[in-house]
Amino acid sequence: MTIFIPTPLRAFAAGKDAVEVNAGTIAGALDELTQAYPDLRKHLFTSEGRVRAFVNIYLNDEDVRYLPAKDATAVSSSDTLSIIPSIAGGC
Amino acid sequence: MSVLRVEKAVYDSIRSHGEETYPHECCGALLGHNTAEGWSIEASVKAGNTRTDSAHNRYQIAPGELVKIEREARGQGLSIAGFYHSHPDHPAQWSQTDLAEAHWLGCSYVITAVAKGVAAQTNSFRLAGDTEENKRFELEQIEVHEPVSK
Repeated sequence: MTIFIPTPLRAFAAGKDAVEVNAGTIAGALDELTQAYPDLRKHLFTSEGRVRAFVNIYLNDEDVRYLPAKDATAVSSSDTLSIIPSIAGGC
Repeated sequence: MSVLRVEKAVYDSIRSHGEETYPHECCGALLGHNTAEGWSIEASVKAGNTRTDSAHNRYQIAPGELVKIEREARGQGLSIAGFYHSHPDHPAQWSQTDLAEAHWLGCSYVITAVAKGVAAQTNSFRLAGDTEENKRFELEQIEVHEPVSK
């Protein structure tokens, strides 16, 4: 499956905007990604191993937080994961 | 100082967006290519402001909308280069809220002051640093240009 890497994290993934992984679950896919590119880990996960609060993970067009099985959700080769850091602000 | 190159039509569009949504903050994404000097912006995409509870001084773009914007950018061979938003009756200067909520390291954040419904100053700030702990905004020069013949 394809994991799309957002602009700010490409420098930590050898400049790639997409990485192919071969995993059975969302958690497995993210683990394979950070095994291949260890510098990504601190940008995606807290020291306790949880996804950082401002990092949104989407399976196709669905927020993983709201999937019944969350990151244990099974994935297939045709699925995609998008990593989307939050964007907000104001005066 | 890095330079944000932006096509005039795009520059005008993001400024007028702030006038359209006044007195609320507008927001959107900037699409382009990265160069040695900074981002070169070729397109902008208006986004919805989900902070309907406080739209006069807060903005947020739904991550699900960004998934679609990023897909659209890929289709055009572009990257999300940064974001723009407006400050109604407030300077075009990043706030502590802007910095706290900024996570797109290396990208440009463009802010337009909209005074009494009229776009005034537009500034761009690059989110420098390589971690959440050392991130900082750095002012960058905006270079507006006519479209390049393709």
